Order: sequence, then structure tokens, then C-alpha cells
Amino acid sequence: MNTLILRETTRVLFTLILVFSVATLLRGHDAPGGGFVGGLIASIACSLYVFVADPKDVRRLVRTDPLKTAAAGLALAIVSGLIGILSGGHPFLSGQWAEIGGVKLGTPLLFDFGVYLVVVGAVLTFVLEIKEPASVRPADSDK
Amino acid sequence: MAALGIPTARVPVLLRASVALPAALFAWFCSLVPRVSSGETLHWEIGWIPQQGIALSFFIDGLSLLFALIITGIGTLIVHYASEYMRGRPQLPRFTAFLLAFMLSMLGLVLADNLIALFIFWELTGLTSFLLIGYKHEDAAARRAALQALLVTGVGALAMLAGFVLLGEAAGTYSLRELLAGGASLAGASNYPWILALVLAGAFTKSAQFPVHFWLPNAMVAPTPVSAYLHSATMVKAGVFLLARMSPVLGGTEAWSVTLVCLGAVTAVYSALASVTRTDLKQVLAYTTVMALGTCVMFLGLAGEPESTAHTAAAVAAAAFILVHALYKAALFMAVGTIEHATGSRDIARHGGLRHKLGPTFVGTVLAAVSMAGLPPFVGFVGKELLYTSAYESRFGAFALFAIVAASVLIVTAAMLVAVVPFFGTMTQSARDAHGVTWQFWIGPLLLGLLGLVGGVATAPVFHGLVLPAAAAIAPLPEHFEPALWHGFNPLLLLSLATWALGAFVFWQRPVILSLPGKLLDVLPVTGDRVYDAAMDGIARFSTALTRRMQSGIQRRYILAVFATLALSVGATLVAKDAIYLPSQMPSVTFGEWALVAVIAASVLTVILTRSRLLAICALGVVGTAISLVFLLRGAPDVAMTQLIVETLVVVIVAIVLLKLPDFRNEIRQPLRARWRDGAIAVAVGTVTTLVLLAVTARPPQLELTEYFESMAVPGGHGHNIVNVILVDFRAMDTLGEISVLVLAAAAVCALIRRRSRYRFDRFLRLQAGHSTRPGRARASREGA
Repeated sequence: MNTLILRETTRVLFTLILVFSVATLLRGHDAPGGGFVGGLIASIACSLYVFVADPKDVRRLVRTDPLKTAAAGLALAIVSGLIGILSGGHPFLSGQWAEIGGVKLGTPLLFDFGVYLVVVGAVLTFVLEIKEPASVRPADSDK
Repeated sequence: MAALGIPTARVPVLLRASVALPAALFAWFCSLVPRVSSGETLHWEIGWIPQQGIALSFFIDGLSLLFALIITGIGTLIVHYASEYMRGRPQLPRFTAFLLAFMLSMLGLVLADNLIALFIFWELTGLTSFLLIGYKHEDAAARRAALQALLVTGVGALAMLAGFVLLGEAAGTYSLRELLAGGASLAGASNYPWILALVLAGAFTKSAQFPVHFWLPNAMVAPTPVSAYLHSATMVKAGVFLLARMSPVLGGTEAWSVTLVCLGAVTAVYSALASVTRTDLKQVLAYTTVMALGTCVMFLGLAGEPESTAHTAAAVAAAAFILVHALYKAALFMAVGTIEHATGSRDIARHGGLRHKLGPTFVGTVLAAVSMAGLPPFVGFVGKELLYTSAYESRFGAFALFAIVAASVLIVTAAMLVAVVPFFGTMTQSARDAHGVTWQFWIGPLLLGLLGLVGGVATAPVFHGLVLPAAAAIAPLPEHFEPALWHGFNPLLLLSLATWALGAFVFWQRPVILSLPGKLLDVLPVTGDRVYDAAMDGIARFSTALTRRMQSGIQRRYILAVFATLALSVGATLVAKDAIYLPSQMPSVTFGEWALVAVIAASVLTVILTRSRLLAICALGVVGTAISLVFLLRGAPDVAMTQLIVETLVVVIVAIVLLKLPDFRNEIRQPLRARWRDGAIAVAVGTVTTLVLLAVTARPPQLELTEYFESMAVPGGHGHNIVNVILVDFRAMDTLGEISVLVLAAAAVCALIRRRSRYRFDRFLRLQAGHSTRPGRARASREGA
């Protein structure tokens, strides 16, 4: 499957899809899109990359452990819910909005970004775990 | 043992600092004594889910205050003692956390107002007890004892929960305060026998009554501070507390008093006999704890006796004995821990003459042991006199008196075993090798021993401040009740004298006399411990057999079972509820939709007919894509978008998996009959799903929510995409739950795949072909390799 065409196309597509995924995330509140779909689109980019490259290279490229990315996304979502509590005693996960320079910003966007990270992290974890040969995994060193 | 008592080991700062918590709580509870002893009941409520009327509510009356003082007072001494005893041991922050968590759970248990809250705190004490008994988790005996204690008390607690539910339904309230204030006895309720039996099951397992007492002596593998705190002074008294608490509600019947008196008496005598035949100091104390618990149960039975004048005296006796026992037993446990720490052994036979090495500990031990033996002027004497008097006056007169005297005789012997043998006589080798101990070791026993003396001298404040308010919660006391503390020279005093004489005689002649009951106890045909082992083995065998039947290890069979169950259960529900609805006319379908249907049908045929896995998965992707196009045509762009991307992703991931799998198409080809069966199930699932969808769409849709979201999306959620506003704002809590599941799933996949990769595919194929079918054997050979 690791053909030249796929490999070279992926090089270009990877970046393009990632940009597209972020755009999908950001426009989500007013037009079709959102963190979940955006995260899935980014996952496709990463999966394509895993398809054609050595998993080790992918890990080097994304720098962090994808599972930690997912956990960080979850933490971000929780934090976005806490902001409402701290800034005026609203119930957990109440949206808070502010307009800065004509751009409306709100905790739901932060929450959506958390969802995005969880989805990317989780899918990348699945894909990498499947693709990696057993021997390079740290957990198997006790054999 | 060499690790013990390293003087250079770092002081566990966290453990030592955490003494402040029980000490502060103790001071606070002390400040409540005047208000509570004047008959006031204090009450707090913390809103929890106010919308549902659910609140965490606590109350303090005489009984809960007595327990709270014991928990925090002895807790202070124990935590302080542990900070020195546990020095140099591993995992001390964890130990500290468990110990404090236990203390708070136990406080919650005795202060809880709501029955369900009481149950939860009850379980929390069991859980922390499990963690503390299993502190030495490398030790198989510790693990077994921890699990045993958890299971035995846990099974009892579940029975108790059922009893609480029945009780709450019968009484119409789950609030203890309301139950007690109402003054209504449930003796007349139709399911009173069930309530009683279930609540007693919880109390008896927690308080280690015969024949389920066995977990308590086994729990002595825990570090000694834990044994002193949980398994003598506090947690095991939870059952006694519950019985005392329930006495006005469930007591006053024949069933109550006969059950409690008989079982308590048997427990007390049996365990007193068992205690003096032990050679391990902690085991001796453990069995005397069981004896004390039996005594408490017995006198609570007498206190709840119907129409008897003796019940007041018995209630006072029980309350006094709870206090007396907590004082001397915690002291003795700490002393035994000190002996173990100094010499490295708890074997009675190896000790002698330790008074030269452990002077202050020796003094504390003797003070506590004298109180335990019930000699004047110690508080133990007062307690024992009350026990004798109320037993004598009760309807069970001779039986109760015989039981309590027999148990007391042996307790005198046990007290001498603990206080005399290790400390008096000539110094043994272990005593000469013993290292001295710091003041932290002996301050606790000494203080508690002195308190026993003070309580015996200044009886009036102790009784009016603590014991009588507690007794009043068990049984109504007459106005200005004065317990007679000195009866003059009457037959009961003679009985006390005879008790001490007999106890000392048994101690003196113990090699001869004790060989007999020791043998008697050993020939018991069935012990609870053995029944427990048999039950555990049985459960393990049953689940192994069940797993072998259910878990074939072949994915296809699992899928088959899941889908067959789905088709059958949903299909049966549809038929039973008469919900099958066939539309009379064809809904309007556009040409584009027909085209999509054709694409889907062609792809499904491809999936079924192809022998290439890659082609099959791609064709499945086409099915999904076509469905997402249907969504798009019907005006749900968000759903369509998500569906489209999920389908793409599934194809990519499955392709990665397939590329890694070896080519074993030929090995797992199905015979024709099996393929027909699979096809039938697939068609059944499809049919059932279609019928469900038809049934759902047959009703007019409920639009209230849709309208609400449509009208609120912009003003409330600042967004024009309703789907997204619902996901990240209106129903963000649901989304949070879903992404939590996703993170957990990713972690689980990590663990599973890393584990699975240790199997090799050739073994997997052999498994498929039926060569090596036993999972047990496969595992054995893997470990051997």
C-alpha cells in the first residue's frame, strides 16, 4: 500500500487537511462543523500519515503522547466549565461570552477545542498502537 | 523485622502532622459534651441535591457523641503512636491517607442521619479497613485477610442495605432522627422479621459475632496501630453502634432479645475461651475483642427486652462497657505493638522480664489490664458490676449471668497473660536483645491506662457526661437515674471475687487447664474460616467453568451471539407491545435517493460476495458514505459530515489492521450451513431495525425541544448552528461524559493491544482450528516459554 503516489500526496494533503480541520472547528458554532468533526478530520490527516510513514516518525512529529493529548483535551473541557463557576457562580459548564475586537469568544469554543483534542488524541492512539510493531513498545520490555 | 526501629529512619512528617486533625475534632466534640448531656440533640444539614430534597444531614445525641469521642480521642493517640511505630516503613503517605479516611468515614457512620448515608459510610469503613489490613500487600496472608474482611462485612452490609430499604419503606422515612423522634417501634410491621434479620446480618458480620467472627483474628496481620484503632476500638463497634441505634426502633420484641442475648453469649464465651489458648499476643487481644463485642451485643439484647425493669440497667451497662473496653483495649494493643517493635516477636513464650526494658509501657499495660480484669478502683470494675447486676436482674437471669461470669473469668486470665507473662519473671534472651523505645510508644498506653483509673474514681462526671446520655439513646432512662456503683457486700460482689480468684487460678494452672479447651476448639468440625475458603473456591471454580463455556475466544461467535440476542429481544418486544407498523403508502422518494439505494444495495452485495477483505471494507465504506448522502439530502449537514468522516476513518483504520493481519482466509472459511445461519441472523437484525424505525416515525415527532433550542440558540448560546450549540453549551455535560469515555477507551485500547501483542498469531490459528482449546493451558505454555 505504501506507494509513491500515496506518500507524496500525503505530504501535501496532511497540512491541508489539518488547516481545514481547524477551520471546521472554528466555524462550528455558526455553520456546520465543530470540535468533533474537526477532530475527526484531523484524525484522518494523522491516520494517512501513519499509513505511509514509520510510526516512530509520526510520534516524533506530534511530539507528545497522543493519549496525553486526549487527556489534556478532557482537562481543557473541564476547565472551560469551571470558568463560569469562578467568574460569578454560574452552574458548571455555563457558557461565558466576551467580544474582543469584533470577534466573539466564549468558553464553549474552549470546550469545543477540548473535544477536538480528545478526538485527535484518541484516534491517533488507536492507530499508532495498531500500527507499531510489538517490540518497540515500552510495556513489553519486561518480557 | 530488621527494618523495624531504625532510629535513623526519617520521621514521617505527614503522619505526625496529621495528628492535628483528630486532635482538633476531639477538642470540638469535647466542647459539645455539656450541651448533649443536658439532653439536647444537635443537627446539621448540608444541601447536596436541594432540587431533589436530598441533603447530607448529621446529628449528635449521647450515643453518637460517645462514639465520636472514642473515634477522635483514641484516633489522636493512635495516629501519634503510628507516626513512630511506622517509621521507616514504605508507603507512609498512602498509609496516612487511608488512616484519616477511615477516621472520617467512621465519624460519618456514627453521625449520619440518613440510613442510606449511614450505609455508604459503613461501606467506606469496610473499604479503608481492607486497604489498611492489606498494607503489607506483598504478604499473601495480609492480602487474604484483607479480602476476607472486605467480603464478609461487605456481604453483611448488602443485607443491611436491603433491611434499611424495607425499614425505610415501612416507617415512611429514611431519617434516623425522625425514626427515633417518632418513637414508633416497627415491631408490628408486616415484614418486621425480614427487617430484623437483614439488619442483624449487617451488624453481626461487622461486629464479628460467632460464627462469622473469624475475619477479625485474621485481620491482625495489619500493622498494630491499625489493629488497635479499627479492629478493637472503633470499626468493629459499628455493628454494636447500629444495634444500639436501632434498639428503640427494632427492639422490644422476643425475637430481638432472644437472638441478641443467645448469640452474644455464645460469642463472648467461645472467644474468651479461644483467647486464652493463643500464644500470639495480638491473637489473644483479638479474641478478647470478639468477647467484648459479644458482651455488648448480649447486653443490647437485654436492653431491648420487652416489659422488663432490667433493660435500663442493661443499656447503661452496654454503654459503659463500650467506653471501658475502648480505653483498655487500645492501650493493650499499643503496648503489644511496642513489645513487638522492641523485640521483633509477639510470641508470649519468648518474653519475660521486659519491665526492665520497657518501664513506662509496663505501667500502662498493667493499668489497662487491671481495668480489663475489672478490679476496683478502675472503670473496668464499674463496668463489670453493671454487667453482673443487669444480667442478674434480667429475665435471662441464670443463663446471662453464667455467660458473662464465664467470659469474665477467662478475660481475667487473658489480662494476666498480656500483662504478667511478658513483663515479669526473669529476662529472656529476646528481652535482653530488646531495644528501648521513645516516649511516643508509651505515652498512649499510659494515658489510656490512667484514664481508666480516673474514670473509676470520678465515676459521676463520666457517667453523667458520657455514659448516661448514650444509654438514654438505647433505652429510655427514668428521671434522675443514678447507677448504683457500689452495692455493698452482696452476692454479686462475692461473684466478682470468685471471678478474679478463678481467673487467677486458671492463669496459674494454665498448662493443665487450657490444654483441654484448646483441643476442644481445634476439633470443631467446621469453622467459619474453612467455610469461607470452600465458598471462595466454589466461586472460582464456577466462574472458570462459566468462562470456558462463554468465552470461546472466537470473535465471530461473540458477534453472532450479540446480533442474535439483539434480533430476538427487540423482535419479541415489538411483537409483545404490538408495535409493528407498516405504512399503507409508499413515502415520496426522489430519483437521487433511489440512486443512493441502488449504490447501497450493490455495495452490500459486494461485501457479501467478495473474498478480498480490503474490497469488503471499502464496499462497507461506500454503504456508509451513501447513507451520509441521504442525511445531506434530508437537510442534516452536521450529521452527514460526521458520518462521512467516520466512515472514511473506519476504512483507513481497518485497512491498517488488515495490512498487519496474516493471510488466514483459508483457515477460517465457514461451511455452507454456517453461512446460511449467519445470513439469516443478518436479515433478522435488518428487519427488526427497519420495523423499529417505522414504529418510531409513525408517531408525530415531539417538537417542543426542537422549538426551544431553535429559539434559544442565538440568545442563549450565541451560535447559529443549533447542533453545535447543543453539543458544547446546552448539553455540554453529556458531551463531557462522552469525551471522558473516549479518553478511557483510548487508554483501554492501549492496555489491550499491548497485552494482545504478546500472543502470536500461529497460536491464535491453532486455537481457531481447535488444537489447543483450553485458555488455561495456552496461558501456562506462554508463561513457560
